[in-house]
Amino acid sequence: MQVKSRIYNNILYIALCGELDEHSSVYTRMTLDEMLGKTIAKQIIIDLSELNFMDSTGIGVLIGRYKKMKDKNVPIYICNPSIQAERIFKMTGLYDIMPKIN
Amino acid sequence: MNTKKEVLEKNEMTLTIKSYSQNESFARSTVAAFCVQANPTLEEINDVKTAVSEAVTNCVVHAYPNSVGDILIKAEIQGNTLNVTISDWGVGIQDIKKAMEPFYTSKPEQERSGMGFTVMESFMDIVEVSAQKPNGVKVEMTKTFKSKASSSKAEDKNA
Repeated sequence: MQVKSRIYNNILYIALCGELDEHSSVYTRMTLDEMLGKTIAKQIIIDLSELNFMDSTGIGVLIGRYKKMKDKNVPIYICNPSIQAERIFKMTGLYDIMPKIN
Repeated sequence: MNTKKEVLEKNEMTLTIKSYSQNESFARSTVAAFCVQANPTLEEINDVKTAVSEAVTNCVVHAYPNSVGDILIKAEIQGNTLNVTISDWGVGIQDIKKAMEPFYTSKPEQERSGMGFTVMESFMDIVEVSAQKPNGVKVEMTKTFKSKASSSKAEDKNA
């Protein structure tokens, strides 16, 4: 798992690259918290186009980060999920709190 | 060349892994690679990968929370139907029905979604969970690949 980020126009773009499962969730969680903790961005976009695999562990990771940013009033958006990730997002209602954008 | 292969009706594989989380990727990729012979679409392969990952993660996180134990993965292909069984000899599940409810998690403090079994049920055709004697859990999942129908659909799309 590789977590890339760049900030542009007050938007923090984060790309999750690789596979997000139970094994990689510890590193992913830690890295995301580091990035989100110090960001001054007004919104966050998480790009999943390079995420080759994700299971329901990913939902726990994303909802956990949502809760942290909610207190700071910074919305998080999701883009480019795989078919499987999209199905998991829909069945868990994740898009209600992290809307999908193109 | 090998006529025996062509008339082969059922193929099987068995894999035993330790319940280390780094084996999750190995387990799901192995089952996915085994499935290829049944001609699944890429989407179907990824469905299997996801379901297997959920079952193996349950073993790693819940069956053996403070220890390392064996996870047995058996896969069987007959025609275009995959049957995969994932068994552990861990602590077991007290209430299987409850564990299978969406959003139920026995470890809410760990940021867990409680969607593992729901994802398995959504991505496979049949999911059966049973207790093993004397302890542990067995998850049996079946999926029939609709490979022929979907590949002709893809051809239509390209035409």
